[in-house]
Amino acid sequence: MSAFSFLDRERSVASPGYSRWLVPPAALAIHLAIGQVYAFSVFVNPLLAYKAADGSAWSHKEVGYIFSLAIAILGISAAIFGKWLETAGPRKAMFVSATCFGLGFIVAAIGATLHSLPVIYLGYGVIGGVGLGLGYISPVSTLIKWFPDRPGLSTGLAIMGFGGGAMIGAPLSNNLMAYFKNSGHQPIAAAWLCMGIIYFAFMMFGVFMIRVPPPDWKPSGWTPAAKSSALITTHNVTVNSAMATPQFWLLWLVLALNVTAGIGILESAAPMLQNLFTGKVTAVAAGGFVGLLSLFNMGGRFVWASLSDFIGRKSTYMVFFALGAILYFLLPSLHILSLFVLIAGVLISMYGGGFATIPAYLKDLFGGINVSAIHGRLLTAWSTAGIVGPLIVNAILDHYKATGRPLAEAYPLILHIMSALLVVGFVANFLVRPVDQRFWIKETQPVPADTSGH
Amino acid sequence: MTITTTKSSSPLSIALAWLVVLIPTAWGVYLTAMRAANLFK
Repeated sequence: MSAFSFLDRERSVASPGYSRWLVPPAALAIHLAIGQVYAFSVFVNPLLAYKAADGSAWSHKEVGYIFSLAIAILGISAAIFGKWLETAGPRKAMFVSATCFGLGFIVAAIGATLHSLPVIYLGYGVIGGVGLGLGYISPVSTLIKWFPDRPGLSTGLAIMGFGGGAMIGAPLSNNLMAYFKNSGHQPIAAAWLCMGIIYFAFMMFGVFMIRVPPPDWKPSGWTPAAKSSALITTHNVTVNSAMATPQFWLLWLVLALNVTAGIGILESAAPMLQNLFTGKVTAVAAGGFVGLLSLFNMGGRFVWASLSDFIGRKSTYMVFFALGAILYFLLPSLHILSLFVLIAGVLISMYGGGFATIPAYLKDLFGGINVSAIHGRLLTAWSTAGIVGPLIVNAILDHYKATGRPLAEAYPLILHIMSALLVVGFVANFLVRPVDQRFWIKETQPVPADTSGH
Repeated sequence: MTITTTKSSSPLSIALAWLVVLIPTAWGVYLTAMRAANLFK
């Protein structure tokens, strides 16, 4: 028996009596760790200030590629390895994720010690990026199987962790760098080395805790709804068949547009507030605004995904797009600071909610058998939005700077474009219909409809 | 045969598992909330 046989799917089947409430902490351990990637910006200034022995330093663009590469590899690896995850099981996938994420930090630490940017790209960007992608999708289908009565709540809990990971990662990174600087070590390399070990250990908690439910398991006292929404299938669709359906590409567009609009505001939150409320908001207060948006982003993931269990996934996205389009349009004309901050918070909560609700939407439409793999493929929409959103914002800001016009005039245009994108998203979501039966897996028996309240 | 959950996972183990993830989360949320408070000062 191999030393790693405990990672096999068969060895991770829960014994009767195993509480399903032990599974969300396992998923959270993974997502809280990999959510650190959104705190990478705390390393930007130290990396820019870090000089090699010959006095050379890295440019802002070169340092920026580390984060971009990690996010790009996240999307690519989720798309590629999602299918493998379905056969290997969540424990093995989470172990590989923990190993890659931890190892990525350690390789990056070696790169920092050597002052070698390619080694940092390889470590944090490529190896760590694979850990991000696998970690992001690995607990999703397991949570849905444990919580057939509340798939939105369960996946919302896990994906909320990804939003919260930056809140832990940022102070952890700053404290470690400060400690090692005072003790005479190279602060970036030493902090990364420690973080590799800490995050690996934390993620291993999730690896050991995760269990898959036995076949035919269902929550005690729960009976599948006799009649449910037409958008909730009782059949399953494979990942390859799913990609041939219009529903997959409509949801791809739904996610991409929701994320693009959210990134548009997140990307430039602090300068936007300072430009729109010139003289009223200090740099410190603008930093507080960014912190507040992080809380809304995290909370929205749990609240909206949980709400979707009651009002349905399509209706939840209808709210995101209809309300979002109106609020984005009105935002530039709000001259009361507290109202502006509140509306921006609601908008960001819907950005986070979009991430957290999509796995349950996929499960509704395509069944649970390949939901992690389908989710993995859909995350390419995130990678695309991660490029398109900042591109739109920066192109408009650059144009205003180049033509000497005040930036305060650029933000209304940006927000109105985001509003228009959400209108397109509304139409895409409106067009989502049940998947045609020719895409269903024929040889499997129908699975019970598993949501209530739709 | 359908297997249903019985209460054999101890409430203590469930509470401990949640504490492992909630303690660092609470630390991060607290620090972020403190930072967010600057907006209203």
